[in-house]
Order: sequence, then structure tokens, then C-alpha cells
Amino acid sequence: MEQRILTVEKNERLTADVFRLVLRGDVAAVTTPGQFVNLKIEGLFLRRPISVCDKGDGVITLVFKVVGEGTSRMAEIAPGAEIDVLCGLGNGYSSDRSGDRPLLIGGGVGVPPLFWLCRTLVGEGKRPSVIMGFNTADEIFMEDDFRSLGVPVTVTTADGSRGLRGFATDAMAGMDYTYFYTCGPLPMLRAVDRTAKGDGEFSFEERMGCGFGACMGCTHKTKKGYVRICREGPVLRREDVIW
Amino acid sequence: MVKTAVDLCGISLDNPVIPASGTFGFGYEFAELYDINCLGTISIKGTTVEERFGNPTPRIAETPSGMLNAVGLQNPGVDRVISEELPRLAKVFSKPVMANVSGFSVSDFAAACERLDGVEQIGWIEVNISCPNVHGGGMAFGTTPGGASEVTGAVRRVTKKPLIVKLSPNVTDVAEIARAAEAAGADGVSLINTLLGMRIDLRERKPLLANRTGGLSGPAVRPVAVRMVCEVYDAVKIPVVGMGGIVSAEDVIEFMLAGASAVEVGAANLTDPFTCRDIVRDLPRAMEKYGIDDLADIIGGAH
Repeated sequence: MEQRILTVEKNERLTADVFRLVLRGDVAAVTTPGQFVNLKIEGLFLRRPISVCDKGDGVITLVFKVVGEGTSRMAEIAPGAEIDVLCGLGNGYSSDRSGDRPLLIGGGVGVPPLFWLCRTLVGEGKRPSVIMGFNTADEIFMEDDFRSLGVPVTVTTADGSRGLRGFATDAMAGMDYTYFYTCGPLPMLRAVDRTAKGDGEFSFEERMGCGFGACMGCTHKTKKGYVRICREGPVLRREDVIW
Repeated sequence: MVKTAVDLCGISLDNPVIPASGTFGFGYEFAELYDINCLGTISIKGTTVEERFGNPTPRIAETPSGMLNAVGLQNPGVDRVISEELPRLAKVFSKPVMANVSGFSVSDFAAACERLDGVEQIGWIEVNISCPNVHGGGMAFGTTPGGASEVTGAVRRVTKKPLIVKLSPNVTDVAEIARAAEAAGADGVSLINTLLGMRIDLRERKPLLANRTGGLSGPAVRPVAVRMVCEVYDAVKIPVVGMGGIVSAEDVIEFMLAGASAVEVGAANLTDPFTCRDIVRDLPRAMEKYGIDDLADIIGGAH
């Protein structure tokens, strides 16, 4: 973990309540897809943990949904602003376990952290497939980003307004894959666990105090004992998860 | 050259800055970020006789200028603290450590303290009779003079180490609890633990924390804490360790003027992991600004 002051390069709206925040600076501590950063937001006491959507040369992209006061304020941060960011938190996904044809399943604002993972897997010569689940067509974001990686993308909407009608897990039936990676709301993660074949990894969300392992605010019980979602997580292997 | 060293129950601290229990783990996580030997000491994560998972999540909520927590004393149990956590801390921290002990019965407190009594690395034992987040223990002992006296007396019988009894602010008269602890053999008192609070999720129409209530900490509680430190300083002769919303060297001076011999820094560690290091670094400059040559001289200076 490193504490860095990053400069906002871009903060753009992707849907009614989803934003893409691009931060420039020393982000060397961010090493692995699935990791998160913890942002100090003016006027709020606790930092806000957000998954890294993508990383480039001296730049990280965060895609977040406005759900409360912290993310509301984040949506208003203007380009040029400086943000105090704890970089490189959490374990991230293990791309080395993927096999040749991994499946990535994202739901809503759980989709973004899968992007860097997908790009990494493609770069390693693997052939990932992606399922993106949303409630309705208006809420879809990042579909083109994933398609630009040249991977098969299946979009589902709960109301059938775009793509396959149903949940992300409904698209898993009949798919053949060597491993899976998923991120999304807890009911979706549970559904993935009921549906998926073989090994895989789940990224969990939890309210955090510190984000770096000090406060024990985000502990989950697993088959390997108690883990801090911020430190030993947020990504847990399927074999370790207790549902 | 200003003098920052203070005495705490017969042990000298290079400076009065102590990370508060529950906000600094067992210290070694922070040693990855900076040399933690710059700290006065460390109050390690609250320890109970048996391992505890703590409360269900969510355990944390934002509040105006602070936070609520209801972690519920998650810890690996005193035996593993002694066999695993303390040796790991010893590799990165060479000073005497402040253990922090809680329990659900008087005999729990005594059993944990008895085991820690034999550990050379432990300089002080902070007896937490004020945790608001566990049921049937913790704060239940700290809200009456009789309860405080009973626990303090029981742990006094099993250890010669300096005992610092951590007091709850969730009482009508904190001074009488402090006097009861002193009379039962405490070598010092520390305060304040967190203030019992609650937040409600408007969409769900239920409390944000799974435990319903939690302990409020952060700058929001600081004036309450300063007032209570001031009252307790007047009530007892033993040293007072002050805490509650400290984020800066100026805050340290304020607590010492109120009567604190040393201070603990809690919630601020979670929002900025470098807070304690920065406070230690800034102390000499703040002392010069306020004309202080020797920090020990200002203890209780506002009385």
C-alpha cells in the first residue's frame, strides 16, 4: 500500500448514476486486477473504497455508481482536482488459474473490476468470455470497452429491454469454461455459486473502516478462518467461501 | 530542543502518542508503512480469553466528523496473541507494549491478565471495561462504580504490571467510576472509549449497523472527551490517558492541558494510516508555537 496524491484527469458520466473517474500519478502500488483504492473525499471522515477498473502508464480508471453521500461527492469532482488515495489495496484476482477459456460474470457496478482482468487475460493469450448483467437497457455501461478487447460479450437485462432477458447467471447455462471470475451484488454471487461449474473466484463488497487491515471492520468467515475483505480479500476462491 | 518524554505509571515514553486499541491491529501492518518505533507505545487490539469473531457486518458507518463501529472485540484469543501476534510485533517494535484486555465475566478479565502478566514485552495492561459493542460484558462493568471496582480488584490480584482501566463515557458521572478504579488498585485510567450511537438507513428503514448500535469516535467526540479527562484529572491522583478524536499535535496539547499524561489516537489511524507518525513529527513545532519546553510540565495546565 502507498499513499499518493493523484490528479483527476477525467470524470465522466456513463449512465444516469455511473461515472468513470480517471486518476493520474504514481500508481505503481496498484499491481493486480481486482485490487481497490481508498479515496479521501473532502468533507467526509472515512475514505471510500473503489475497485480499480483499469490501469495504464501512470493512470488508473475507477468506475463507480452513485449510491450514497461519498459517491455523490465523487461524481462532482472536477478535472484538475487532487485526491489523496491509498493505492494497491486487497489481493486481486489470480489470472494464472484461469485455464484457456475463463468466464467473467459481472453484475451492475460489479462489471468494472473485470475489465482490467479481461484485458490481462487476453494479453496472456487466453480466450475469456464475458457476461454482463444489468437491470435495464439504460443502465448498461462498458459494453463497447469489453467488445473492443475482441472477446465474446453476452449482455443480460432483468426486464429484457436489451440482450438476453434475465439475470447474468441465466446466460451461464450451456457455456463451457475452464474457470470463472465474478463480481457483483451478493444475491448474484450466490446465484453464480449455485450455477457455476468448477473452480472460480468471487470478489466481495463490504463496508470498510480503514481498507488496509487495521480495524477488523470487514471480516467474513471462510473455510480458511476469518478473513478481512480489505486485506485477504476482496477476492476469495470458491473453495474457501462459506455462503 | 523541546522535551516530549512523559512518564506513564513508572515507564518513560519518548512521547505521549499511543495508537488506540482496535485502530492499529497488532501494529505490524503499520510497520510496513513507517518505523513504528517513533511511537510512545502501542495499545494492541483488544484481547479476550477465547477467540472471538465479533459482530456480523456491516460493522462500520460514517457519521458527521467521525464514525460508528461495532466490531465486537474480534481477536484470536489471549494465547494466540501471546504466541503469534506479540512475537510478530516484537520484530518491528522494540518498546514496551500496552496490552488491552476485555471479558464477559470478572474471571475472564483475570484469566487474560494473568496470562499476560508473564509476558516481558507487555509494559502496561489496559483493562477495557467500556466496550459498548458486546453484550453481557465490556461496558456492563464500566458503568457502575461497583462493577469497575470488582474487575479492577480482580485483575490487580493477578498482575504486578501497571494497570490502566479504560473508562466509558456512557455514564452520568465518569469521575466516580474513575475513583472506584483507583481505590481498587488501578495505576492509571484511560478515557474515553466510544460513545454509544446509532445511524438508520432511510431506504431500508433499519439501523445501518448489523449490531444496531455502535461506538462513536473521531473528531465529533473530542470536546466531550476533553471535558471528561478534565473531570477525571480532578477526581484521581493516578495518571490519566486521554483520547477521543485526536488528529493533530495541537489536539495532544489540548488533552494534556486538560490533564492527560499521555494520549491515544484512534479513529484517525483508519482514515490516514500515517497520522500517529505525523503527530509525533509535528509535536516539537506545536510545542514551540505554544511556548512549551517540556510536555510533562503542561499536564493539567488548564486547571
